[in-house]
Amino acid sequence: MLPEASTLAPAVDRIFWGLVGLSVVIMGVVGGLVLTFAIKYRRGTKAYRGPLPDIMSREVEIGWTVATLFVALFIFWWAAAAQLPHFLLPKKALEIHVVAKQWMWKVQHPEGVREIDALHVPVGVPVKLEMTSQDVIHSFGVPAFRIKQDVLPGRYTSTWFEAKEVGDYHLFCTEYCGTDHARMTGTITVMEPEAYARWLAEQPHGEDLAGEGAQLFTALGCSACHGAQARVPAPSLANLYGSQVVLADGSRVTADEDYLRESIERPEAKVTAGYPSTMPSYQGIASEEQVVALVAYIKSQDGKRSQAR
Amino acid sequence: MRSDDTGLLAREPGETSYLTEGTTLRSWLLSTDHKRIAILYAISITGFFFIGGAAATMIRLELFTPQGDFTTADEYNRLFTLHGVIMVWFFLVPSIPATLGNFLLPLMVGAKDVAFPRLNLMSWYLYIIAGIFTLTALLLGGVDTGWTFYTPLSTLYSNSYVLLAAFGIFVVGFSSIATGINFIATVHLLRTKGMTWMRLPLFAWAMYATSLVMVLATPVLAMAMLLICAERLFGLPIFDPRAGGDPVLFQHIFWFYSHPAVYIMILPAMGVVSEIIACEARRRVFGYQFMVYAMLVIAVIGFLVWGHHMFVAGQSPFASMIFSFLSFVIAVPSAIKVFNWTGTLYRGSIRFSAPMLYALGFVGLFTLGGLTGLFLASIPVDVHLSDTYFVVAHFHYIMVGGAVSAFFGGLHFWWPKITGRMYSESFARFAAITLFFGFNFTFFPQFILGYLGMPRRYHEYPPEFQVWNVMSSTGAVVLAIGYLMPLGYFAYSLLNGKRASDNPWEATGLEWTTNSPPPKHNFLEPPVVLTEPYAYHDWDEAPGGADETTQDEPA
Ligand code: HEC
Ligand SMILES: [Cu+2]
Ligand SMILES: [Cu+2]
Repeated sequence: MLPEASTLAPAVDRIFWGLVGLSVVIMGVVGGLVLTFAIKYRRGTKAYRGPLPDIMSREVEIGWTVATLFVALFIFWWAAAAQLPHFLLPKKALEIHVVAKQWMWKVQHPEGVREIDALHVPVGVPVKLEMTSQDVIHSFGVPAFRIKQDVLPGRYTSTWFEAKEVGDYHLFCTEYCGTDHARMTGTITVMEPEAYARWLAEQPHGEDLAGEGAQLFTALGCSACHGAQARVPAPSLANLYGSQVVLADGSRVTADEDYLRESIERPEAKVTAGYPSTMPSYQGIASEEQVVALVAYIKSQDGKRSQAR
Repeated sequence: MRSDDTGLLAREPGETSYLTEGTTLRSWLLSTDHKRIAILYAISITGFFFIGGAAATMIRLELFTPQGDFTTADEYNRLFTLHGVIMVWFFLVPSIPATLGNFLLPLMVGAKDVAFPRLNLMSWYLYIIAGIFTLTALLLGGVDTGWTFYTPLSTLYSNSYVLLAAFGIFVVGFSSIATGINFIATVHLLRTKGMTWMRLPLFAWAMYATSLVMVLATPVLAMAMLLICAERLFGLPIFDPRAGGDPVLFQHIFWFYSHPAVYIMILPAMGVVSEIIACEARRRVFGYQFMVYAMLVIAVIGFLVWGHHMFVAGQSPFASMIFSFLSFVIAVPSAIKVFNWTGTLYRGSIRFSAPMLYALGFVGLFTLGGLTGLFLASIPVDVHLSDTYFVVAHFHYIMVGGAVSAFFGGLHFWWPKITGRMYSESFARFAAITLFFGFNFTFFPQFILGYLGMPRRYHEYPPEFQVWNVMSSTGAVVLAIGYLMPLGYFAYSLLNGKRASDNPWEATGLEWTTNSPPPKHNFLEPPVVLTEPYAYHDWDEAPGGADETTQDEPA
């Protein structure tokens, strides 16, 4: 049997098995009736075959239509209500970045530790995945956690889980993505928090993500325009994340991750009001991971909010 | 009565039928007779069915072991793409409408032909041209995008013959639109005297509802395919995120066609099954009017549920909620139909002929397919099951267990009318039963695989999934036998079968009032309808039911 390894799993299974029960009942009733009628009314038996009583038909039709509708709506409500809490991402969560590409999963922990086709997480801690793809659509699916989320190019999608049981679980790419789709798999290792901390410490530590972004910010020449000493007109990026930005056409957007990313890759798409559209596109210059790091750096420039550790 | 002549075209002296009006190839290829076009379609879709089936066989062979040892990854991807493209657009969509529908709809409404006979012939030519494009793509080396053509894989990353295949699908769409327009016009304009809307057989209603969906949904498929061609050929940035396009937009367009397309496949099947069950149970269809409304409601709501394919694609939670809600709503009319078929058996006088076995098989498989649809309409359960074998099993229950069983049932039911020959009843029953069990052996294990998490479109898989895959592949052998048997006894029937009477099943419906096979213009004089459909009841008869002389009875 499939382990219920996340806090979400039991709720999903409850609905799943509830539906199995319902299906068995309905298959039983329909199959039972068909069989009974098939035997009782097979050609040649002496069963009564006269006209139906008058109330059969209209009243019966209306009756079972209403009953079915009621059952259907009940299941809808039941399932939707169970999903609602999962739609809300938890506020305090370990935030892990995932970049998918044909045909591998690249994972970055906030501390800068990187993994490929593997993800180590502590048990009992909500983990939020911020995901994007470098090429085609992939999907991050972990059956044991009952989670799945498509990973899109040019956009961030996220999902979260809280692992409940220590162990190794399958990670599958569940959106067909070309030749080696079937090999785009990995292992999720759920560890006790202490073991996880030990594991983290043993890994070769790169710069943490925001720190890496800070270096790139200079290396790629962003600071020449956005830096404190810059002499070209460009908006300051401090405290940008989460704020409302007024655009040149007068509309407003919230500066979320997608906005930051778009500003780097296609600056002409949303031009900040009051500035010339002089920023060059970094499409193809900064790699997907570098964009992730830059976004992390800009987010960390926020005085109020600091990266969840 | 067995006549001593042999061969399909042999006839009693003086007898003429649509089959004998001209026997040259030209007289077939340029015929505007709806019955001959139906035959042309039947032969072509049979060809495609076996091509698609061959691909399925290789898929099941590969999945017998967890390693990718029988095919390479690329070959496997081409195989399932081929299987999907051929089976959906070149078999399932045209199957019942273009063959049985073409043949029967004018007969059922008492017309000489469809409203636009030449458009009808053109539809077949479009189908063939489209088939040639798609087969060319296949012969050159295949397509590896899956039948769903998701972007940006299909537009920017695939190195296979996407353009040819997409163009083929673009063209085949027009053949369904032509059929749809023809059927709508036929039902509106060519009903004979006394054939009111509420006297239309349910098969005719099914064709009508299907045609509405075909005409309204297929242009959207054409759009989707053209946009793919535009981005691939001219680099028009529609789905390319780097140029500001939206890859998910494609999924919206694609499923806006492809969900209704499920109803293009299943509504005709519902029509066929209603005819067979009513006749073989000697009963008026229970809740005839509700059956009609249910089909129309399905056709309409079918357009509003496409987002249930995208619960994990990154669409907004609100959208997911609404699509989930509507998907539950559309389950209601489908359930009503199942209850009504069951109700039709009540107080019937049931004969277990081969068509009836197929029809009862349909009811069972369709019910299970529909119920598992509820799993996929529930958002949290769908998140777990989407893109796993559960989905594969679900839609095969609907489209193969449902639509194909009904197609086979219909083929047997109207075979005597179409060919003027009877087939071997015992072989046919045996095939129907084999098919039912083979189908369940093949696809039921896939529900379990899906729950356990095995993703679809994987040619390699972790070893713990092997048991279920072996079961499924073994079942597929039984299923294949079930599909091959009719080829044998139908061929024998054409050459050597007993001559069929005009109405061997003693069915109601105008098609049974004319000769078997029907004359070129269907009826010698225009029929007049005086009764409601399915006037099977003869209340004067003693308990014990209709006469016992027709068929061999189960002891
Ligand atoms: C040639 C000068 C220049 C360079 C180099 C440059 N930018 Fe910009 N950037 C601008 C200007 C001007 C704007 C405001 C107009 C606009 O929105 O396009 C801007 C806007 C932005 C915004 C949106 C700010 C807001 O207030 O909404 C972000 C985020 C950003 N840049 C990030 C970067 C990053 C990261 C880099 C380096 C990879 C970079 N920029 C390099 C000139 C520059
Ligand atoms: Cu993949
Ligand atoms: Cu659908």
